[in-house]
Amino acid sequence: MSHAADSHDAPAILREVKPAHLPRPALVEHNRSFNWITEKICGIVEGETPAWWWWCFAVACFVASFTVFGISYVVATGVGVWGHRTPVNWSWPIVNFVFWIGIGHAGTLISAILCLLRQKWRTSINRSAEAMTIFAVVCAGIFPVFHVGRVWYAWFLFPLPNYNYIWQNFRSPLEWDVFAVSTYGTVSVLFWYVGMIPDLATLRDRFYATGRKTRSFLYGIFAMGWRGSARHWNNYEMAYLILAGIATPLVLSVHTIVSFDFAVSLIPGWHTTIFPPYFVAGAIFSGFGMVLTLMLPLRAIYKLEDLITQYHIDCMCKITLATGTMVGYAYMMEFFIAWYGANPFEAFTFINRAFGPFAWSYWIMISCNVITPQLFWFKSVRNNTTLVWILSLFVNVGMWFERFVIICTSLTRDFLPSSWGYLSPTVVDIFTFFGTFGIFSVLFLLFIRFLPLMAMAEIKAVTPQADPHRDHGAGFTGHGDPSWQEVPHR
Amino acid sequence: MPDAPYGLIAAFEDTGSLYRAAKVVRDAGFTRWDCITPLPVHGLDKAMGQRRSIVPRVSLAGGITGFCTGMTLIWYTDAFDYRIIVAGKPFFSPLFAFPVSYELTILFTAFATIIGMFVLNRLPMHYHPVLKFRDVRRATDDRFYIVIETADPRYDPKATRALLEKAGGREIEELES
Repeated sequence: MSHAADSHDAPAILREVKPAHLPRPALVEHNRSFNWITEKICGIVEGETPAWWWWCFAVACFVASFTVFGISYVVATGVGVWGHRTPVNWSWPIVNFVFWIGIGHAGTLISAILCLLRQKWRTSINRSAEAMTIFAVVCAGIFPVFHVGRVWYAWFLFPLPNYNYIWQNFRSPLEWDVFAVSTYGTVSVLFWYVGMIPDLATLRDRFYATGRKTRSFLYGIFAMGWRGSARHWNNYEMAYLILAGIATPLVLSVHTIVSFDFAVSLIPGWHTTIFPPYFVAGAIFSGFGMVLTLMLPLRAIYKLEDLITQYHIDCMCKITLATGTMVGYAYMMEFFIAWYGANPFEAFTFINRAFGPFAWSYWIMISCNVITPQLFWFKSVRNNTTLVWILSLFVNVGMWFERFVIICTSLTRDFLPSSWGYLSPTVVDIFTFFGTFGIFSVLFLLFIRFLPLMAMAEIKAVTPQADPHRDHGAGFTGHGDPSWQEVPHR
Repeated sequence: MPDAPYGLIAAFEDTGSLYRAAKVVRDAGFTRWDCITPLPVHGLDKAMGQRRSIVPRVSLAGGITGFCTGMTLIWYTDAFDYRIIVAGKPFFSPLFAFPVSYELTILFTAFATIIGMFVLNRLPMHYHPVLKFRDVRRATDDRFYIVIETADPRYDPKATRALLEKAGGREIEELES
């Protein structure tokens, strides 16, 4: 039962064993009021556009233009301007696609899985992590869509009646991927939007009260007339819980299906059953790397230390450590199975990975993904925000190289030495990929400028003063966790 | 004749007093009343005597529809409408149809859940007496309110006001409709 009931009818055993008093870390520091939270988050949207924002936006637009030019050139000329040749016909686009999709997974993990696990620290980072998910999916989608060559036929991917009278091949994992990624993008947007409705209503009312009617109208349209009714909250919370409940299997299935793109083929190094869990762990690892990369500067710029506390950073570092270690285990296990499976092609592929022509990328991957996260064992590292940020960059780099290694080493040297080759990207490849960071940044900057950066209503709900039983009978007061103080039944 | 007021609104400063007042209003037998809160208050649904939300039923219906859509779509396109042999695989098997059906289950569940939530909440509703309340800004910020509608059969201008006052409500006033 709950702690609320402890003072009245605690089991007798508790008096004998004297359970340790383990105070939960405060999720909002300095005991801030509801109004302080509202002012802090809404102030970001309502205030003047800061100069740094314009500078970052200009740079981000410039970088994004690289992708625009790169893609225009590809469309105007043909995919031959990319560096992929037989035998590597997937190369950079699929590497970039898997990289960006993986980044997105941490957002869904934070918003959905941590919601189901009642990890209340998610509340201050879930909004921006979900935004990151959506923008990462946007960046990911660019690559397969343009890789089809004639992008104006990309709609052939969907089962729409067409004049060729031919349907999609649902026996192919690539077609599964179309459904997985488009569902993922759609559900992520819905989840993000539904979570934002109460906060949009707050902005609507605040803009109205300060006389900025146009903005109030615009936010009001998207707030759907939300008025904070408890009867609405009842349905809303249930809907949110269900969305979290379905987003969890969704996020696991998306990267599983992405890994099927490889695992279902017969190429040595790809045709393994470890791929789905290994890809999912890697995706979450890279996603948390990106969350840290984005959150730490935001926290510093907007002085959000009371909302994104050291405890939040600790939690994120520990998840990065855990998933990074899982990825390291997967690398080891792949090698073990290559030897233990006694398949000469498998064995060759893995020796080739570590010591072949792509050894440089393999060792970048190992050092970034296996060695870097191990530093998060140390509290002094986790407490050093600058260092955490730098390490998170290494995680991002490492996870890009992981996909590069998987794709390029296996495809350049598969079965017949006569069909071996090497892969060199062209300048179009490099700039197109580089530009996606600009697209991502443009979208993220627009998000932090115009939308509530944090889920205000949810943060308020995890503060101590949100607990209606705080002032009477609750055993542990002030730890900001109403969930373990259930309502006594009538 | 001017419109009758929509109801009485009473302010509360914290979740605890709102929670206790909600129980008082519930026990007084009111049915057409509501709490307005800037955050989901834990346990308030029970204090108000609300039933469990029926959104999950809508979600389930959506999920089943999605799964059947996926299976039917794949069977119709690959095994019925235009058969093509690919790598000697069967034209239809629930195994290879599963990933897509699984994704469509989730997609349809998501839409059903959200549409269900909106319909059950009668949203979007951009005009509502509560939204015209002079201090609505605090209702989505840091203050808590109880609204009792005049349409409630137990509503009585004086007795209801006294009840809200006794329950700890402040700044009780009429909401114009």
